Amino acid sequence: MKIAVASGKGGTGKTLVATSLAATWASRGHGVAYVDADVEEPNGHLFLSPRVEEERFCVKVPRLSGKRCEGSGKCNICAFNAIIPLGDSVMVFDQLCHSCGACVLACPGGYLVERDREIGTVSRGSAGDLRFWSARLDVGEARSTPLIEGLIGKAVAAEDAPERLVVIDSPPGTTCPAMASVESADLVLMVTEPTPFGDHDLRLAVEMGKALGKPMAAVVNRSDLGDDRVAETLAEAGVDVLARIPFEREVAAAYASGKMAIEECGGFASRIVALADALDSRLEGASK
Amino acid sequence: MKEIVVVSGKGGTGKTSIVAAFSRVAGRKLAMGDCDVDASNLAILVPGEDDDEEPFHAGSRARIDVNACTGCARCETACRYGAIEVVDGLARVHDLKCEGCRACSVVCDEDAISFAENRAGTLFRRPTPRGPLIHAALGVAQDNSGKLVARVREVTREAAQAAGLDLAMFDGPPGIGCPVHAAVGGASLLVIVTEPSISGVHDLGRILELARHFELDAAVLVNKAGLHPEAERDIEDVCEKSGVRIVGRIPFDERVPAALARGETPLAVEGISRSVEAAWGEIEKLLGSDTAT
Repeated sequence: MKIAVASGKGGTGKTLVATSLAATWASRGHGVAYVDADVEEPNGHLFLSPRVEEERFCVKVPRLSGKRCEGSGKCNICAFNAIIPLGDSVMVFDQLCHSCGACVLACPGGYLVERDREIGTVSRGSAGDLRFWSARLDVGEARSTPLIEGLIGKAVAAEDAPERLVVIDSPPGTTCPAMASVESADLVLMVTEPTPFGDHDLRLAVEMGKALGKPMAAVVNRSDLGDDRVAETLAEAGVDVLARIPFEREVAAAYASGKMAIEECGGFASRIVALADALDSRLEGASK
Repeated sequence: MKEIVVVSGKGGTGKTSIVAAFSRVAGRKLAMGDCDVDASNLAILVPGEDDDEEPFHAGSRARIDVNACTGCARCETACRYGAIEVVDGLARVHDLKCEGCRACSVVCDEDAISFAENRAGTLFRRPTPRGPLIHAALGVAQDNSGKLVARVREVTREAAQAAGLDLAMFDGPPGIGCPVHAAVGGASLLVIVTEPSISGVHDLGRILELARHFELDAAVLVNKAGLHPEAERDIEDVCEKSGVRIVGRIPFDERVPAALARGETPLAVEGISRSVEAAWGEIEKLLGSDTAT
């Protein structure tokens, strides 16, 4: 079973909840994998301190197989302006390429081939009983979505099984990168905060979950530092709140220093245990 | 015109509330643009009514002519996004997956595939007592390619010029990918809002690397100062090594989220405004005397 931890807004506590939940489940002897899909700013490793092996991740980009082509100009079909015909040659803008292959299909003489281009690194390993996956987009690269899809594809193929749990720590936002990380999930767990920002972005995130037809549940973080708007939004959308985590300076300090807050703060740990229990019964219900 | 872009790498460090606070202490009018089109929040803290909006179109989606389609499934094979599936002898498009790349139409012998323009979002203009605000909303499940971000920057610059203003300030998106590239290009100064946490320090390193990559001047503002002194020293080390100045520190205060919940900026919390004013003063100095009041 795969649970994507998402939020819309950044900084609501996705990584705090995802790492705490994964570690709590792992301590119960479940087979658990944590997947950090926030490839632009991955932070899960700072808390879980995994031992990992790394491999470079590539996307396909078009190149002329020889020095010249017949100059048909058909590759200007590119919807992303990533390849431009120039007489009997082409110019390719790698950063704009979506690796769709349309130019290769359109080229009448078969002059275009696809080559690998590195855009980031995928890490896999373990932290105690927990399996760990993450990816890191190279600085200067524009498109994170292919790396997220690649990471999730590899992690799900290796880890997903009915009796195992995969916790996917998603990037912020509600567009392609966030979509790519929640697309395969059996349940989306929204982590929100009771501020107008949290509420605004939660609405978008719920809309995304609905567009994808995903079952959703929610965690309200820093639940005592705001107002009731997110609770109302969640009630209207029919999304259950499985945990309310009040603000504790000790939790914020543990998180700031890279410690696992479940090991430092008893109150917080018990809330994550209750969250894990609530999700267990949710997932049992879903699998029946 | 000078352009300040406020970024952070990590989400939730306080970019938006700081931009709103800066607009109040600036002591002059400026144009504001919200480049976080994925989760746009600046308008919540900058009061006023939008008086104009424009649709934003980007990309397209495949459409199947059901009278021409023979169900041969060549399009399904050609599509790398899993966006076309032949069901009951007819090709069907999953709009959420289609990127409008046209690979399907290349292989269709029946000319059964056309492309419809995609409404990806909306851009809004809002006059405010502190200057014009431009913000935008990208629809969910859209490709955040940076095009709408680029449009926000363009319209904000135009609004500044139209109002005779020589300063524009932008609230940037989180991350280091395409939307951020579109937000920071050509900036006079990047103000990187970080927080003293191990994640904040990690992500600060990545956004500083991005600033070097694009050869942009950057300064750092430490928000939630005092939360974790050790990480604050790490921030100082990173900044010193990168030759980047720390323009200010805004203290961590539990009352800030409550103020935000009331729709106020952090300035409403006692003791915060002095640190915001001091940081703004440093930023004005970095921008150069030609724009200082």
